[in-house]
Amino acid sequence: MQISKEEILHIADLADLNIKDEEIDKYILNLQDILNFANIVNNAPVDGMPETIGTNDNYNVFRKDEVVDFEDKEALLQNAPEKERGMFKIPKVIG
Amino acid sequence: MEITELTVHELQEKIKNKELTISEVTKAYVDRINEKEKDVNCFITTLTDEALEKAKEIEDKVNKGEIKSELAGIPIGIKDNICVKGVRTTCASKMLENFISPYDATVMERLDDENLVNLGKLNMDEFAMGSSTEYSALAKTRNPWDLNKVPGGSSGGSAAAVAANLVPWALGSDTGGSIRQPAAFCGVVGLKPTYGLVSRYGLVAFASSLDQIGPITKDVKDSAMLLNILVGHDEKDTTSFDMPKVDYVASLKNDVKGLKIGIPKEFYGEGINSEVKECLQKAIEKYKELGAEVEEFSLDIAEYALATYYIIACAEASSNLGRFDGIRYGYRTKDYESLEDIYKKSRSEAFGDEVKRRIILGTYVLSSGYYDAYYKKAQKVRTLVKKEFDKAFEKYDIILTPTSPTVAFDVGIKSNNPLEMYLADICTVSVNVAGLPGISIPCGVDSNGMPIGMQLIGNRFSESTVLNTAYTYEQATKFRENFKPTFKK
Amino acid sequence: MSRSDYETIVGLEIHAELSTKTKIFCSCPTEFGGEPNTHCCPICMAMPGTLPVLNEKVVEYAVKAGLATGCTISKDSKNDRKNYFYPDLPKSYQISQFDKPLCNHGAVEIEDDEGNKKEIGILRIHIEEDAGKLNHNEFGSGSLVDLNRAGVPLIEIVSKPDMRSAKEAERYMRKIKSILEYIEVSDCKMQEGSLRADVNVSVRKKGTNEFGTRTEMKNMSSFRSIVRAIEYEAERQIEVIENGGNVYQTTIRWDEVSGKTFPMRDKENADDYRYFPEPDLVAIRLSDEYIENVKKELPELPESRKLRYLNEYELSEKDSRLLTASKYLSDLFEGALKECGNAKAVANWILSDISRILNEKEMEADQIPFTASQLAKVVELIDKGTISSAIAKKVITELFENPQDPEVIIKENGWIQISDEGAIREVVLKIIEANPQSVADYKGGKDRAIGFLVGQAMKETKGKANPGMLNKMFVEEINKM
Repeated sequence: MQISKEEILHIADLADLNIKDEEIDKYILNLQDILNFANIVNNAPVDGMPETIGTNDNYNVFRKDEVVDFEDKEALLQNAPEKERGMFKIPKVIG
Repeated sequence: MEITELTVHELQEKIKNKELTISEVTKAYVDRINEKEKDVNCFITTLTDEALEKAKEIEDKVNKGEIKSELAGIPIGIKDNICVKGVRTTCASKMLENFISPYDATVMERLDDENLVNLGKLNMDEFAMGSSTEYSALAKTRNPWDLNKVPGGSSGGSAAAVAANLVPWALGSDTGGSIRQPAAFCGVVGLKPTYGLVSRYGLVAFASSLDQIGPITKDVKDSAMLLNILVGHDEKDTTSFDMPKVDYVASLKNDVKGLKIGIPKEFYGEGINSEVKECLQKAIEKYKELGAEVEEFSLDIAEYALATYYIIACAEASSNLGRFDGIRYGYRTKDYESLEDIYKKSRSEAFGDEVKRRIILGTYVLSSGYYDAYYKKAQKVRTLVKKEFDKAFEKYDIILTPTSPTVAFDVGIKSNNPLEMYLADICTVSVNVAGLPGISIPCGVDSNGMPIGMQLIGNRFSESTVLNTAYTYEQATKFRENFKPTFKK
Repeated sequence: MSRSDYETIVGLEIHAELSTKTKIFCSCPTEFGGEPNTHCCPICMAMPGTLPVLNEKVVEYAVKAGLATGCTISKDSKNDRKNYFYPDLPKSYQISQFDKPLCNHGAVEIEDDEGNKKEIGILRIHIEEDAGKLNHNEFGSGSLVDLNRAGVPLIEIVSKPDMRSAKEAERYMRKIKSILEYIEVSDCKMQEGSLRADVNVSVRKKGTNEFGTRTEMKNMSSFRSIVRAIEYEAERQIEVIENGGNVYQTTIRWDEVSGKTFPMRDKENADDYRYFPEPDLVAIRLSDEYIENVKKELPELPESRKLRYLNEYELSEKDSRLLTASKYLSDLFEGALKECGNAKAVANWILSDISRILNEKEMEADQIPFTASQLAKVVELIDKGTISSAIAKKVITELFENPQDPEVIIKENGWIQISDEGAIREVVLKIIEANPQSVADYKGGKDRAIGFLVGQAMKETKGKANPGMLNKMFVEEINKM
């Protein structure tokens, strides 16, 4: 498993993370190491086996369509780094 | 005996018999925290003043007969990835350093219903990613048995606080061993329940299909008592099970005669420290003495499970941690011009290296071109792991393994090689991959006096069997009477 | 080659907000409007530790939509996460459905540009959550995030690339709109964004089977812009090809003001969404019994209403079709009919004056501001002779401006019909005196002359005279002469 610099930067971009130039090699090595190990899943005798999404056999767990108001609206905004008129403020986004 | 050395069931007895008051108990713990916390650094947030006030309030109500709960006024500590309304919930991350939760986790509501007293929020590896609590961005927790050693992780603050008698019991969370391994390192009892037994609502998600909240306690009976409170279907968590309540305390029969215990030989291989193996061997002999039927067998899934674990856990984490974007809450970079700056700089500055590494790995295995080879394959291997365990449980009631390949290691020797670190989770992760219950109980100490943990794994929803098996051993060996943390410097 | 050597291929992904009371994964209200971030809770704000729980009505509504469009309902379905960062998406993933949607393989019938019946295939219908809203900060810098819409349930209806013109695309979308309105799963208010479409356009030379490279325009929410955008984009693609260039698969943005399309920024085109099964939700398994029950509850669809109008009310084929094309028109018709009992008159008013005004105002039928009873009242007033048709026209116009009881409108405007015999006779005598030629014509056997005289009398009374009485009195007076 070889991972290129471009590839790691693309992945970081998808994850919205910056990787400093001096860290790139370390990330590549770590990732290659782990993936080389993780590759053993491709040797597992799993032909024809279904995928397990959760370990839970529950299904059809639904909610009734009934309004419940969350009362403490202020608590929802109290952690905002920046807010204005009850909204979360961010730099201008061109629509 | 000091108040803080008592187990919860002992405390409860003394409160009931009026040998102790509720206020006295909380006061004893607050004093203990004031005395010892500086050595072990278990807490991210202490709530000692609030706890004293709360204890007084509960005491008054109990005296007036307004509260009937048998656990009223018992203090507890909470891992800092469980949301408590109005209290900081940091996940030991710079990202959430100042985050105040606007709501209570379901488990907190259940503790409140019983009128427990929250002593504070306990340290952990950042977002529960790690096995030594050294990845906490906010505190450096030490092992009370030797202050130069790590407490394990990720629930290291919870395990160390229980071991150091800073709290009588605590909540932890376990995604790949994060309750059991620190419990083993700190010589206490840690139970990871069956996936779906305890609501995850309010537990800040690391890997949704693997995470479970569970008790970390001084002894097995306390675990059973705390589990009694935690379990039950929660309509806020669709993966939580709706099933009849079991009284786990009543299931402690102190009897394992005829119980079938399987010893999977692959879990006792080369990677396991020889003192740990020896200690486990003695425990196995003990079970034979106690009348259990013990048999060695092959369960060759440990490495598959470990690889599967890291693929699935990181994939889910990469998505779960996307919400930390510096917009609605959490850390926002000081220096930004564009939206992209906010995202990338906030996330890069506030997440620690290990968290970023796992996000990158998780993003990679889900990305186009690699999904089938890694994520999809891992989901199939997950089926394989479940099936192999199903087969094993056709023959055995309990599977017995070490909890960790080693005892607690020195602070700061944390490997630069993440893979090496991940491999140390080999004994615990398969339990999460298959959604099974597992408990770690202390079964001895090594030549340096460091505790060794034994893991008992049961079939899904067989917590009663797991707890009774652990209890019977505990009653026969009395670890707590023979060994105590020394706070060695 | 020329424009006519090419054909346009259009596929639509229609998003409809479902009219459930609560959001898809939490119990917050879906109500439109409200102060910013007040229809929110820790779950739809993606606070750490929160979990989604699926609203049962969302499943039911999606199944209804599937059944009404001839889809096969999936018995084994699940939710998936679609991962991307955007400030209107608080979890940084949208819970949607990837490989196991609730409904598959349906079709609806429309008319093609030549008026022939044509089937448009539906690939799938899946459920997902809506995003929040980014507001431009009018009073300062930056943008402001409002999450009231975040988590409102949507169905996405994905068509096959079966449409061959902008007009066909419009007809298909109108058809879907009408069906969703009939089965009452969405109010389809385009002006509120509760019905919108991602439009995929490509072109190819006629006679070829391969599809050309397509471009996608997201979030189009008016029929007019969809038609204009498709026409513009098809022309643009043809021009590119004719000039020897290549069309690239991109997301483009339609600018209503300039009437042009523009490519979106690169980041928004990086569509590696890393879909994976949502581990916080359990599987959806629908039994035959469940599907059967939903089917039984489906309300009457347009086709069956149309037949009823033909048979019961003896409306023409065309009128029946026009009335049932929109549930709002059809409901208005049935509501008014129930109160006044005059099917033909109600149908006429809806299809003539009301439709004309809607057209002039570029309004959709769901925006009609007055009620069925108010319309019924207008018809009753005509039938009772209180007002004339001419006044009724004015009342209808007024109902659009200021919807209230038609009797009040009439009173306030002094439009009550003059039925006082003395007053009418006075007008009749005056008109007879002023139009001797018409009187002579009538006497000479030209019955039509009475019509002219009545018209003059109506003009004189500003339409308020009772035309029946006028007619009768003209005949009487002239015969007396």
